[in-house]
Amino acid sequence: MTHILSLLVENKFGVLSRVAGLFSGRGFNIEALSVAPTQDPSVSQMTIVTSGDDRVIEQITKQLNKMIDIIKVSDFSDKDYVLREVALIKVSAKGADREEALRIATIFRAKVVDSSPTTYTIEVTGDDKKIEAIVNLLRPLGIKELVRSGPIAILREDKNK
Amino acid sequence: MKLSGAEIFVETLKKEGVKVLFGYPGGVVLPIFDVLYHEKEIRLILPRHEQAAVHMADGYARSTGNVGVALATSGPGATNTVTGIATAFMDSIPIVVFTGQVPTPMIGVDAFQEADIVGITRPCTKYNYLVKNTADLPYIIKEAFYIASKGRPGPVLVDLPRDVLANKADFVYPETVSLRSYNPTYIGNRWQIKKAADAILKAKKPVIYAGGGVISSNASQELKELAEFTEIPVTLTLMGLGGFPGDHPLFLGMLGMHGTYAANMTIHNSDLIIAIGARFDDRVTGRVKDFAPNAKIIHIDIDPTSIRKSVHVDIPIVGDVRLVLIDLLKELKSMKETNEVIEEARKHWAKQIKDWQKEHPLWYEYDDEVIKPQFVIEKIFEITKGDAIISTEVGQNQMWTAQFYKFLKPRTWLTSGGLGTMGYGFPAALGAQAAFPNKLVFDIAGDGSIQMNIQELATAVIERLNVKVAILNNSCLGMVRQWQELFYGERYSGIDLGEVPDFVKVAEAYGAVGFKAVKPSEVEPVIKEAIKIKKPVLMDFRIDRMEKVFPMVPAGAAIHEMIFLEKKKKTEKMKVVR
Ligand SMILES: Cc1ncc(C[n+]2csc(CCOP(=O)(O)OP(=O)(O)O)c2C)c(N)n1
Ligand SMILES: [Mg+2]
Repeated sequence: MTHILSLLVENKFGVLSRVAGLFSGRGFNIEALSVAPTQDPSVSQMTIVTSGDDRVIEQITKQLNKMIDIIKVSDFSDKDYVLREVALIKVSAKGADREEALRIATIFRAKVVDSSPTTYTIEVTGDDKKIEAIVNLLRPLGIKELVRSGPIAILREDKNK
Repeated sequence: MKLSGAEIFVETLKKEGVKVLFGYPGGVVLPIFDVLYHEKEIRLILPRHEQAAVHMADGYARSTGNVGVALATSGPGATNTVTGIATAFMDSIPIVVFTGQVPTPMIGVDAFQEADIVGITRPCTKYNYLVKNTADLPYIIKEAFYIASKGRPGPVLVDLPRDVLANKADFVYPETVSLRSYNPTYIGNRWQIKKAADAILKAKKPVIYAGGGVISSNASQELKELAEFTEIPVTLTLMGLGGFPGDHPLFLGMLGMHGTYAANMTIHNSDLIIAIGARFDDRVTGRVKDFAPNAKIIHIDIDPTSIRKSVHVDIPIVGDVRLVLIDLLKELKSMKETNEVIEEARKHWAKQIKDWQKEHPLWYEYDDEVIKPQFVIEKIFEITKGDAIISTEVGQNQMWTAQFYKFLKPRTWLTSGGLGTMGYGFPAALGAQAAFPNKLVFDIAGDGSIQMNIQELATAVIERLNVKVAILNNSCLGMVRQWQELFYGERYSGIDLGEVPDFVKVAEAYGAVGFKAVKPSEVEPVIKEAIKIKKPVLMDFRIDRMEKVFPMVPAGAAIHEMIFLEKKKKTEKMKVVR
């Protein structure tokens, strides 16, 4: 099963390689990983998408918790969270296809962020299902390049509070 | 007043209570050696190889319980420390290793004697540092000692660029360490401890399985109390030996691949395993899916990652072993109620265990003509009355010692368990001897392993570390030979060491003393003489080449599926040990 782990880590040199080394050294999967600063300059935030059975996920979270530079580990999987990913898609767009590309972008509330006489670059934000859906629709036009950010996630606030 | 980085380094070590430093010099660490030149409070011991320096620090740490410290130069000096660090890492031993590094502006340009030692040791240290500013030295060194020794202990490496050692800064020693991201749990959860106590009272076939955590948390007294109060038998892992008295009536011996039949059968048939500071290593569990099929498991460990890593645990308790045992005992004493059914079952269980002990005790066939290795080990125990620090190398020598030497006290047993490092024992013994100059320290060695760090005879002689090395010399890589005999159709490949070298001459060449014993009758006089002589001694015991370590759980088998020394050989000469 896929799990989304959100980590707060010390913003120190080498932390990313420690985390990556833990996953590769112990044979755990990393499907996606993103790192970025937080409001506190001494702390960074990492989002890791990983998979495994309960025993593996338990080991991963424990091993991460044990790492000296990791301040907090949360597994979002059985919680209510918002997840977003950004994709930049450079698609062929000539003649009638230019119209089609724009139509598809509108349906997904995506933006055209660059254009040339033969291409559009489309920016779309959403979860992985949405991104896969737009990619599938654009594919017949010819995707020249696709760049994805990897997901980031945040917990939803308790509505009854 | 401003001090140089090297001065700050030495001052900080003194503040951390360091008495002995195992260090080997080289270009970038010369500023430190220059400061050590005048230093009175720290004894500098110069090994003959950086790997040995780290094993010495490790032996120092295991025998004292304090952090061991080693120092090496950059590049090859640093890479030579890696095996020592990995050895300490696998056995959770608190050491701090300092390495020199090229000056910070040159890092990353493939400078002369540059090695990315922080990158190289990342997976085999508990933590490591590259120091970038001289002013950071005191707090980083303090953190390094703190991390090495607190929680589950382990090695920490600190990489020191030359300019950091040469530059000056104010020396400000922090009195405390606080790390928001490192807060081990020491006190066990009360409810879990209650649950454990309850399970212990209800168990009909309980057993205590204890490991190195008992040693590192200094919990052997509490373990003994628990065992005696509940009358539950105890088996120890290789790392746990000495954590419970080897001559105690409740002691079953070591468990696992070369454990006793009684220990393995007790574990296999138990209904409750109380695992204390042990990690269910594959050498202990055998085939995991058939491990103790009917047992509930209580697991006490300071490291949550050890719990449920390989076997299912019913009652996990994260905490310092000693503190948890104190609470558990309190709990048990408050609720001790008698239940006839349980008592009756416990009696049966004790009887059953006795039967297993009788069925397959540890034994070997004594011989008048050739020396049996077990006989040598028994003699060492007898003559020292168990009051010695014993290290081993790796192979048959290690397993025979674990089986036939009765470890009575914690911190008297130094062996590379997790990594199984040949060449560990001799330098580790030297480290222990440096900590305890007046104690008897033995390295029980194999002829193969001893040659992996035999150059340390020089260190032993010059530093007057009068370790007694007992080589169980079978002229081969015995443990590998055993596997080839049993599982590879006696195709002996790459195991013959010949009759080389002449160990007596080697000892003499270094200025140590060498003895050779060929007949069993020579064993005792040689050991006694070696103890008398106030010098390092190398004893070359020519043992039976064919001797194997039994019993044994073959690779891939469950732990109750053991093979034994063939019974047809059992004669009146047979010597039953436990
Ligand atoms: C550094 C290292 N290399 C290889 C091995 C594999 N190995 C394990 S035991 C052994 C044989 C050891 O021979 P010796 O020291 O003579 O001990 P014996 O088994 O004969 O008592 C070997 C090669 C090891 N454990 N460590
Ligand atoms: Mg040998």
